[in-house]
Amino acid sequence: MAEKMATRQAYGKVLAQLAETNPNIVVLDADLSGSTMTKEFANVAPQRFFNMGIAEQNMYGAAAGLAHSGKVAIASTFAMFAAGRAFEIIRNSIGYTHANVKICATHAGLTVGEDGASHQAIEDIALMRTIPGMTVLNPADGQSAMELIRAAAEMDGPVYVRLGRAAVEGIYEADASFKIGKGICVRDGSDATIIATGIMVGEALKAADQLCQAGIKVRVIDMHTIKPIDREIIVRAAKETGAIVTAEEHSIIGGLGSAVAEVTAQECPVKMKMVGVRDTFGESGTPAQLLKKYSLTADDLCTAVREVLQP
Amino acid sequence: MACNCELLAQKAADIRVDIIREVFSAASGHPGGSLSAADIVTVLYFHEMNIDPDDPKKADRDKFVLSKGHAAPVMYAALAERGFFPKEELTTLRKLGSRLQGHPSMKMLPGVEMSTGSLGQGISVAVGMALANKLDGNAGRIYTLLGDGECQEGLVWEAAMAAAHYKLDNLCAVLDWNGLQIDGKNEDVMTVAPLDEKFRAFGWNVISIDGHDIAQIAEAFAQARSCKQLPTLILAKTHKGHGVSFMEDQAGWHGKAPSEELAKQAVEELGGEW
Repeated sequence: MAEKMATRQAYGKVLAQLAETNPNIVVLDADLSGSTMTKEFANVAPQRFFNMGIAEQNMYGAAAGLAHSGKVAIASTFAMFAAGRAFEIIRNSIGYTHANVKICATHAGLTVGEDGASHQAIEDIALMRTIPGMTVLNPADGQSAMELIRAAAEMDGPVYVRLGRAAVEGIYEADASFKIGKGICVRDGSDATIIATGIMVGEALKAADQLCQAGIKVRVIDMHTIKPIDREIIVRAAKETGAIVTAEEHSIIGGLGSAVAEVTAQECPVKMKMVGVRDTFGESGTPAQLLKKYSLTADDLCTAVREVLQP
Repeated sequence: MACNCELLAQKAADIRVDIIREVFSAASGHPGGSLSAADIVTVLYFHEMNIDPDDPKKADRDKFVLSKGHAAPVMYAALAERGFFPKEELTTLRKLGSRLQGHPSMKMLPGVEMSTGSLGQGISVAVGMALANKLDGNAGRIYTLLGDGECQEGLVWEAAMAAAHYKLDNLCAVLDWNGLQIDGKNEDVMTVAPLDEKFRAFGWNVISIDGHDIAQIAEAFAQARSCKQLPTLILAKTHKGHGVSFMEDQAGWHGKAPSEELAKQAVEELGGEW
């Protein structure tokens, strides 16, 4: 199993590789290159790195201009300031023009931790997936982050990549393969399905272990691509297991749970529970404390699975 | 390049007639700020810019980004007059299925370098284009047209800061300073002056001109071209609705189409035939 690593660290690693292999890539940052890890690119290819200062709106506008000049423009800041502050620039100058910009947003979700609610983006998936033509990715571990970012850099068009601050356990082996738009069944089971994204995939696997000891066989799906959502894997899970719990480090309004429910409600209605941030802001604390307080742990997933299995 | 001012003035008059026809056909749109920019846009498309309607994507072309995207009628008129698409299409402006969207869409119409309309974003995108050309050693220059009201957007100043920081001397912004915005005079809505001092303080080369004087406009572009290390702002004093007596300096004509009677009068004042 791969080492414990934050998805933002994986991002830095893959950027350093891409700097060597793809001369067409430019990277932009908004004074957070040491935190987003874009410094890894700046160290290798300083002439193709643009620090735009604390001006996220202009960073995404300029990224659109670079992309329409033939570059693969990768632009990073914290998720709050990418999806949040720069939303309308991303919508009009990147989304509407289908610009080849990769919005690699780090420090997403509650696990930003001590910085508190002002920096904890729990709305970014919802915001980004409403933009026509925007691909939305949320990798679960370092290995999947590297592979998905590589795939994002190779495809044409805008991509939002949601990355985390805190180190997470490795889930995938180094030879695992990933396809944008295709969820991965990381654990099979027939009693219920947990569809998880980002760091919640690790929690879902722990929950599946715990439930297995109680004789409940849970399927776990890593939905690393929230848009375009893998309808087929959702419908199959609904039909074969009859109950779905979604798990995301994001508001339950408009995120993964909503995206899954949009599919099941129309194609295969099934009992569901959504585990996520319940229409509230976060606060300061360690990542572990916050996940516990806001009911985002394996234990909470076990409770949700038991509830959804109630007749 | 010597400037044939007489020819360009005639072209600007033709473009103004086109603007009136476009907006009248659409029964909505923005005549005031299109007419104020007509001389500037004419000089760009017929004198200054290296562009080719037969090869609209050629690699070393100059690019124009209409940051004040609501002035789409003036850019559409210039593109049609320059041969990027048939002039007959101008009267489809704002209609369902038309390539001439209410605000410009680069995905629909050849020659449109960037989709704009949401203010402040055009100059920001232009900064990215100028950065790309610097990186690639591409000689193409980047032009953008700002409105004065648009300068109330914070994004304009973020972009201005970045352009100076990266020494984008291949970027030239023109500010169509007609002094009016939807709700009235700039100074009554939100003071933007002094724009020359503001841009200078942001590290730009600033050239102040009469935005209806063809020779001055052409000369300012030549000066911008020869200025090294700094981006250039051409602060062009203009009159909203210029060329049409009843529209001139009237904020009310920012986003309103004329009646048939007034459209006919406007076209005739501009020396066109109704």
